Amino acid sequence: MTSTLAAQGLTVGYDGRVVSTDLDVEIPTGSFTAIIGPNACGKSTLLRALSRLLAPRAGQVVLDGKAITEYSSREVARRLGLLPQSSTAPDGITVADLVSRGRFPHQSMLRQWSADDERAVLAAMTATGVADLAEHAVDQLSGGQRQRVWLALVLAQETPVLLLDEPTTFLDIAHQIEVLSLCRRLHDTGDYTLVAVLHDLNMAFRYADHVIAMKDGRVVATGAPDDIVTAELIGAVYDIECVCVPDPVTGRPMVVPLDADRPARPTRPALNDAPALTTTRETR
Amino acid sequence: MTAATALPDSAGRAPAPRSRVFRRGPLSWRWHPRTTAVCVALTVLVLVLGVLVMATGTIQLTPSEVLAGLTGRTDDAVARKVVTDIRLPRLLTAVFVGACLGTAGAVFQSISRNALGSPDIIGFTTGSATGAVAQIVLINAGATATAVSAVAGGLITALVVYALSSKGGVTGGFRLVLVGIGVGSMLAAVNTLLLSRAGIEQAMSAEIWLAGSLNARAWEHVWPVAVGFVALLPVILALGRHLDLMEMGDDAARQLGVRVERTRLVLMVAAVSMTALATASAGPVAFVALAAPQLVVRVTRSVRAPLASSAFMGAALVVAADLLTQHLPVNAAIPIGRMTGLLGGAYLLWLLTRSRQV
Repeated sequence: MTSTLAAQGLTVGYDGRVVSTDLDVEIPTGSFTAIIGPNACGKSTLLRALSRLLAPRAGQVVLDGKAITEYSSREVARRLGLLPQSSTAPDGITVADLVSRGRFPHQSMLRQWSADDERAVLAAMTATGVADLAEHAVDQLSGGQRQRVWLALVLAQETPVLLLDEPTTFLDIAHQIEVLSLCRRLHDTGDYTLVAVLHDLNMAFRYADHVIAMKDGRVVATGAPDDIVTAELIGAVYDIECVCVPDPVTGRPMVVPLDADRPARPTRPALNDAPALTTTRETR
Repeated sequence: MTAATALPDSAGRAPAPRSRVFRRGPLSWRWHPRTTAVCVALTVLVLVLGVLVMATGTIQLTPSEVLAGLTGRTDDAVARKVVTDIRLPRLLTAVFVGACLGTAGAVFQSISRNALGSPDIIGFTTGSATGAVAQIVLINAGATATAVSAVAGGLITALVVYALSSKGGVTGGFRLVLVGIGVGSMLAAVNTLLLSRAGIEQAMSAEIWLAGSLNARAWEHVWPVAVGFVALLPVILALGRHLDLMEMGDDAARQLGVRVERTRLVLMVAAVSMTALATASAGPVAFVALAAPQLVVRVTRSVRAPLASSAFMGAALVVAADLLTQHLPVNAAIPIGRMTGLLGGAYLLWLLTRSRQV
């Protein structure tokens, strides 16, 4: 397993609080990695450390074989792009202008808008399906459209590694699928290594091919969803009782939590024998 | 790709107008025709107002006499003296004070992501005043000492505000505004206290300084603010694009390779120095730093106030205010600081009643 991005013996935290101690993480090259775990388990902190937004107290982040601190800030920004949890679009800025800001690490005082920049911005807007909105004001767009615009900004950066901090939070299910399908299309090109912090487990297991499960600042399990996800693992990570069934559409693991107040019915529908399973596609 | 119709944003403004591209070999820039046009128009305005300022006063001159005085091609010694020794220093002080305040205002409003984040609101001008008043009342060592104390007062105030508003290496925008307003009110009280402790003559001269004035400006008032502006503007302009990115949030800017805290510190030091130098030259000239960038945003329809245009706008505002103070039908000449305070106060109220955010 090769890895362009790895954390070695990482200790990270904020102010007086240590979030993770001696963390070792490897992101497989070309993977779509989902980081899962309960709130405040250190997922976003790990992502911030991997993207050098947070300086570790000990250990190091290795990017393309070198400590990330050995690169200049712009050099890192040409190799690794991050979609932060929250960004502010300045009032009245157009989609094209916002996306073009992703070219900053490729520009200089004398070269502020090359033909390359123009091509990359157009390609990023086309890939995310926002090219038709290029001249629209960002604050007029829907939540899903806006998230695709932010993704376009990171894509315009043309980095082989993309880190996404909760890209689907606050989006409804349609927009979640929209954003994650886009991530999968990027992953399918084979040109990208994607790492996303995701809260929706079923979405994570459906779209990602590699999962890092975290709890209390430690990595509990890593591997392909099919290999590592069990009711025991999810139960232990989130302190819940649940069952794991195959996703009726993709066959990937799907987590169904049990209700503490109402004990589960012992008879689970046998999904494989259930011919009457309705899908929204059929009923529509 | 079909040309999409430009939709107004939620504030009802049209989206920023399209830019043009200039490319030659490895060089490439984007420029905004509208912003360039505004800069040209403001330059012309400053020139026209400048000639008017130079031509009017106790001794009336024609524009051609003004030009002749400037170029030295006149035999009229009085006209030459009036033009080059009295009116030109006054005009240039007004121009550079305005340019400094406009630029500094644009920088601080961008850093704090808030129109109220301008140096006159967040206490820096008051801090300069404290320095100057303390010098006049406690030491009384002359005009140069007052200017130096004003610069020192402004810088120290900025340092205190920066230290109090930065938390874990991050200077929050709104935090900066609130801390600045707090520090500013304290310093205003200190200023009053100093005045009440002073002898009548010192109190008078301090009051005159506090009103902000362009009267009796000589070349010694022009040089510090002019040199400061010319030296600091390139530093600020070079970081303009970083400023753009930082408006998206610190994380977004840092992931694009901007060293956010360092950039912010350099910009703040440069902008505070500009404010302090301007205040040292003309006293506290209120509201120009607040109004100039806001006016530029509206006229250029930009997302952020373009820095150079804000400098031009600031210069135009101060020169216009100076012209007004000299021509209002009142007996006493109103000090420039009071005039901009009057106009700017009205503008601030209008801004506040229209804003949905404050």
